Amino acid sequence: MQKEMILEQEEIIVKKRSQVKEVWRRFRRNRQAMVGMVMLLILIFAAIFAGVIAPYDPLQQDIINRLQPPSAAHIFGTDELGRDIFSRILYGSRISLTVGLIAVSISSVVGCALGAIAGYYGGVLDNVIMRCADVLMAIPSILLNISIVAALGTGLQNVMIAIGISSVPAYCRIMRASLLSLKDQEFVDASRAAGASDPYIIIHHILPNSLAPLIVQATLKIGGAILSCASMSFIGLGIVPPTPEWGAMLSTGRDFLRDAPHLTAFPGIAIMFAVFAMNLMGDGLRDALDPKLKN
Amino acid sequence: MLKYIARRLLMMIPVMLGVIIIVFTLLYITPGDPVDSLLGDDATPEMAAELREELGLNGGYFERLGRYVTGLLHGDLGIDYATKEPVMDRILQTFPNSLKLAGCSVILALVLGLTLGIISAVKQYSAFDNVAMALAMVGNAMPNFWQGLLLMMLFALHWKLLPASGIGGWEYMILPSITIGTSSAAAIARMTRSSMLEVIRQDYITTAESKGQTEFKIIVFHALKNALIPVITTVGIQFGNLLGGAVLTESIFAIPGVGKMMVDAIKARNYPTVQGGVLMVALTFSLVNLAVDILYAFVDPRIRSQYK
Repeated sequence: MQKEMILEQEEIIVKKRSQVKEVWRRFRRNRQAMVGMVMLLILIFAAIFAGVIAPYDPLQQDIINRLQPPSAAHIFGTDELGRDIFSRILYGSRISLTVGLIAVSISSVVGCALGAIAGYYGGVLDNVIMRCADVLMAIPSILLNISIVAALGTGLQNVMIAIGISSVPAYCRIMRASLLSLKDQEFVDASRAAGASDPYIIIHHILPNSLAPLIVQATLKIGGAILSCASMSFIGLGIVPPTPEWGAMLSTGRDFLRDAPHLTAFPGIAIMFAVFAMNLMGDGLRDALDPKLKN
Repeated sequence: MLKYIARRLLMMIPVMLGVIIIVFTLLYITPGDPVDSLLGDDATPEMAAELREELGLNGGYFERLGRYVTGLLHGDLGIDYATKEPVMDRILQTFPNSLKLAGCSVILALVLGLTLGIISAVKQYSAFDNVAMALAMVGNAMPNFWQGLLLMMLFALHWKLLPASGIGGWEYMILPSITIGTSSAAAIARMTRSSMLEVIRQDYITTAESKGQTEFKIIVFHALKNALIPVITTVGIQFGNLLGGAVLTESIFAIPGVGKMMVDAIKARNYPTVQGGVLMVALTFSLVNLAVDILYAFVDPRIRSQYK
């Protein structure tokens, strides 16, 4: 009897592993997704090793060599204060990735928790939570971000909170929809009959079954968060200079558009690179996780 | 149908009330007193109290919120701190410019997105399809403020073909519309392609082909109409992005619209203008979403029957 149970457990572990393998196999076959993954790895590498790769200090000014076009000494040129643009872009990747990851973590944790409560308990709680989500969704996200940053003040931490809050409704809806379709399934009833608590059921039984759309949403939203952060910094309401943030760099570059277009070109390419990588990854994951596209 | 529209309009009231409360609260907790920045360092406490009274800044949170909501019901959005004009007047001055910009961008996004999406679906895996979809992905990832600067640099500063900024004739709308509309066009193109691909494989298309219908007729009258529902949803979602994108684009191209007004107002702690602007944009966005839902009924008789 005991031997049988052990065998059964082993089978489940093998099956779980093979499911991940299956998703990875489908993801690997998708050329665009792989390109996205390589681009993301380059970005992560740049962020981790910015201190080693960057040839100059990103904040070090050199007024004599200001607005220099790309050259051997400064491959992306220098900005209006003579700072090396390549070094600033490398350090900027740290900020963009941090904003993307933390903002998405905030929105996914808060959104999933609220969506789970709304879907699982229903009734008045569901109504209140979902109507609040409707209200947040009625305000275009950039306006909501700007209003939150106005209240909290500029700076990295507040930008992440603002972007995180404005994305909460999307996760809330996905999680609620998953819960509604799963909460009456037999395996949930069985767990409840075995005496499991509500949080246990949600975390151990329902969440793993709702992960696929959440992972796709999170990956796509990281790109969106990077873009939102750059947008807010661009209008002076996000991360403020001298911090090397790509949107803020683009904003200062706009005054030198005619004489030194490289000031806007490279930060723009960097933002596009990061968002493009996340979009490719997100699309690839969506296809890999979609059971309809299995064959 | 009228009943459905009336119900949806009624449902918008609590959502708008929620928007008012959220924006009011956010700006209420914003640090810094606008009276101090308006009067400067030489102000006496009496002058400050007088101005606070005049601008409606006296009283606690609920008192001010109650006063704001009561004012709104009378069409009063408060007084702009900088110009001392009613906020409603400022919105009425700036909103047409934003609407014109959003309209031009939607038209551009629709024409470009639908055309690219349809051709890509019909010529699936062709060179056109590959190039169009690659462009759509790039358009999706490109920050529109950067694109705006590039367009300005090329078409206004370098080739001097179009005006760089400001407002005037229709030529002033071209660069900002492209700036805002491209990413929406990309999203519409991708959605149109995938939706069309699903439809053109269905049996009734084969039937239409075997009856000898021309390819144009099959695509436009048989396939496109059925492929439109997800496309309309995308357009509705994109309209919010267009309104949001206007905030940045109006600042880049110095267009005196609601977006630029709000950004300037936030920087100057001109809160009634920010509140009024956000409320106006949220109202427009909600009305567009309602229009999108009504549009479903016109496109799809199955949905129409549900509304009755």
